[in-house]
Amino acid sequence: MGNMELQYYHVLIPLLPLLGFLVNILLGKEVTRYKAHWPAILAVGGSWICSLASLRDVMAGKIVDADLYTWILSGSFKVSVGFLIDPLTAVMLIVVTTCAMLIHIYAVGYMHGDTGYYRFFAYLNLFTFCMLMLIMGNNFLQLYFGWEGVGLCSYFLIGYYFNKKSAADAGKKAFIVNRFGDFGFGIGVFMVFLTFGTLHYADVFGNVSIMAGKTVNFLGWNVDLPTLVALLLFCGAVGKSAQLPLHVWLPDAMEGPTPVSALIHAATMVTAGVFLVARCNPIFNLSPIAMNTVAVVGATTSLFAATIAITQNDIKRIIAFSTCSHLGLMFLACGVGAYAAGIFHLYTHAFFKALLFLAAGSVIHAVHTNNIQEMGGLRKYMPITFGVFILAALSAGGFPGFSGFFSKDEIIWSAFASHSSVGKLVWLMGTAVAFFTPFYTFRLIFLTFFGENRGVAHQEDQGHASHISAHGSGHDSHAQSSAHDSHGHEPHGGHHIHESPKIMTVPLMFLAVGAIAAGWVGIPPILGGGNHFAEFLKPVVGHPEFHGTHAQEWGVMALSTSIAIFGIVVAAFLYLRKSDIPERMSKQFKVIYDLLYNKYYVDEIYNFLLVQPTLKLASKVLVGITDGKMIEGVVNGVPGLIGKFSQKLRRFQTGTVHHYAIFMAAGAVFIIALAILLR
Amino acid sequence: MVPLSWYMVLSLIVFCIGVFGFLSRKNIIIMLMSIELMLNAVNINLISMSHYLQDLRGQILAFFVIAVAAAEAAIGLAIVIALFRNKATAHVDEMNEMKG
Repeated sequence: MGNMELQYYHVLIPLLPLLGFLVNILLGKEVTRYKAHWPAILAVGGSWICSLASLRDVMAGKIVDADLYTWILSGSFKVSVGFLIDPLTAVMLIVVTTCAMLIHIYAVGYMHGDTGYYRFFAYLNLFTFCMLMLIMGNNFLQLYFGWEGVGLCSYFLIGYYFNKKSAADAGKKAFIVNRFGDFGFGIGVFMVFLTFGTLHYADVFGNVSIMAGKTVNFLGWNVDLPTLVALLLFCGAVGKSAQLPLHVWLPDAMEGPTPVSALIHAATMVTAGVFLVARCNPIFNLSPIAMNTVAVVGATTSLFAATIAITQNDIKRIIAFSTCSHLGLMFLACGVGAYAAGIFHLYTHAFFKALLFLAAGSVIHAVHTNNIQEMGGLRKYMPITFGVFILAALSAGGFPGFSGFFSKDEIIWSAFASHSSVGKLVWLMGTAVAFFTPFYTFRLIFLTFFGENRGVAHQEDQGHASHISAHGSGHDSHAQSSAHDSHGHEPHGGHHIHESPKIMTVPLMFLAVGAIAAGWVGIPPILGGGNHFAEFLKPVVGHPEFHGTHAQEWGVMALSTSIAIFGIVVAAFLYLRKSDIPERMSKQFKVIYDLLYNKYYVDEIYNFLLVQPTLKLASKVLVGITDGKMIEGVVNGVPGLIGKFSQKLRRFQTGTVHHYAIFMAAGAVFIIALAILLR
Repeated sequence: MVPLSWYMVLSLIVFCIGVFGFLSRKNIIIMLMSIELMLNAVNINLISMSHYLQDLRGQILAFFVIAVAAAEAAIGLAIVIALFRNKATAHVDEMNEMKG
């Protein structure tokens, strides 16, 4: 592959969203106001077109790795702002800009009339800028910059309705939980610099063999250097991509407006972890331990989140756990060396998961609740939303022919056929996930769109008061949607359920096309395709050696597919035909149900083990001793001492001239005596 | 020829009278006069030394001292008059409002 110079359209990709951000944040209040979507959408649309141009270059075999300008120069430490546009980046560019553009357009309808309209679009643009910097950077520091930038925007946008306490808390939670991961990530970047003396990707990955077999003293242990670096980098990925044990922030992040959930917490930001692992694949490849860790963490999270999703009642939280689960699958793929399969799933997942979220947003927009137990029968009111929801669910569930099928099958087959020592284990877990994913997605659909409408508050003759009480009685009433707030100005009484406006449904249809067809670029050879996607990424992430026959591949595919269809059938049986069974089951297996419903009590455990001790430490030691005694002791003690001293000293100023004269004379005598004596 | 030490002793005596007067008297006019005594003691010292060392710089300094003393006397007396108008006294013990 040849290299090419940096072109203006490469620079425009991140620059346009930054400009859009600046325009809206500076002029939003006075000038753009409720037209704030124009600069935002034009900026993202522009960078989408530039991304297409970049993709064309990359497909023509031209790779860009060029510095724009020197950012930091200190001795031998040199970091530039530069762009690396290779197949991996090109795929990410398409995913990010396409999803961002469609979601920006959708948000015009969803956020319509919100008081923070310009602020919303400004942050969304800033997020897009940071995400693009993250994926386009040609060095670790720029990656880190984008990484923290998207985290910051995530914080802004989760806490978008900042006067709602649960939203503000969720924002803080996301930010703080990510600190844990980013701490490791930061140290990982330092270790890379210590080892290679540079942070530039090409220089690091080109010389990656010098770290093989080296050991380093870390906290008193001698550990294998590649393992250490890979695990530290993976730490960051675990935080950002909501993997065990740092997954707790993602469900709470659903406090943000739904377009934010779709863009940041499904399609782009949370996949940054997978991107990081794929980008650093030369380091990971050196360490089987790290690879196995990645695979096992991914598979465990995937299964873990999928089981939780079965029992949840908040429409967005179900999809959030689904995101966790799918991200786990991507890590599973990376862990067994099939980075291309992981990125492929990232790419298809972005479309169907963004679609699921936006369709869920459309539902919330119409019924003003997040609780699926209060929905039902929406099929006839919102046919378009229903249609795209079904398509997204089929894609997510891995129904043959849809995007999700090809990527998920690729992952499961890679796990089965890889040389990885944990391959078979994670394959089993992945196959189990293949059952749960369609099950919970279709449970969601059957409860939302089929049957009778159970929404007490949304019948035509219900008044405002009952609407409020319905919200209060919901299981996750604190997670009441943003949509509800954003439409607080509408009278609730006599509210009709209606399909969302065109500005929302058209992006849904485009995403639906993606959810169906995006995966067609990666049809495996066994199904008559060429797996062009993996071939395209091969120069960056390589291709794992598989050992498996065609018969086995057919078998694995047939197994996971039939399991997936079985999941749909079970969901249909339980929630359409015998809708009393789920309730009886939840009573009969109360322990298990409660365990799942309460998300394995992870939040409670963290609260007990980490949050409460930290708060206690803060209030007792930091506030009581460090702040109260030490800092305030010094700050108040020094002036107090000076005050006491000056209280004594002021007695010398008697106002009587003679006293001054005597002091002066005595002082003069003293100084002269001193001068004589010390001569 | 009067020896240098006599001048020095004279200067010392005049200076001590000035210091004593300044510290012991309560009338502000007398105190100002004591200051003049001290300054003139210094002048005697300067001029005698200047003569002894055959160096005119001491005498020049004495002129400066005289000039400063004149200015000081003028300002000092003006202040005394201003004070007297307010307090109707020239007794320094009555003037002790400026204390900490």
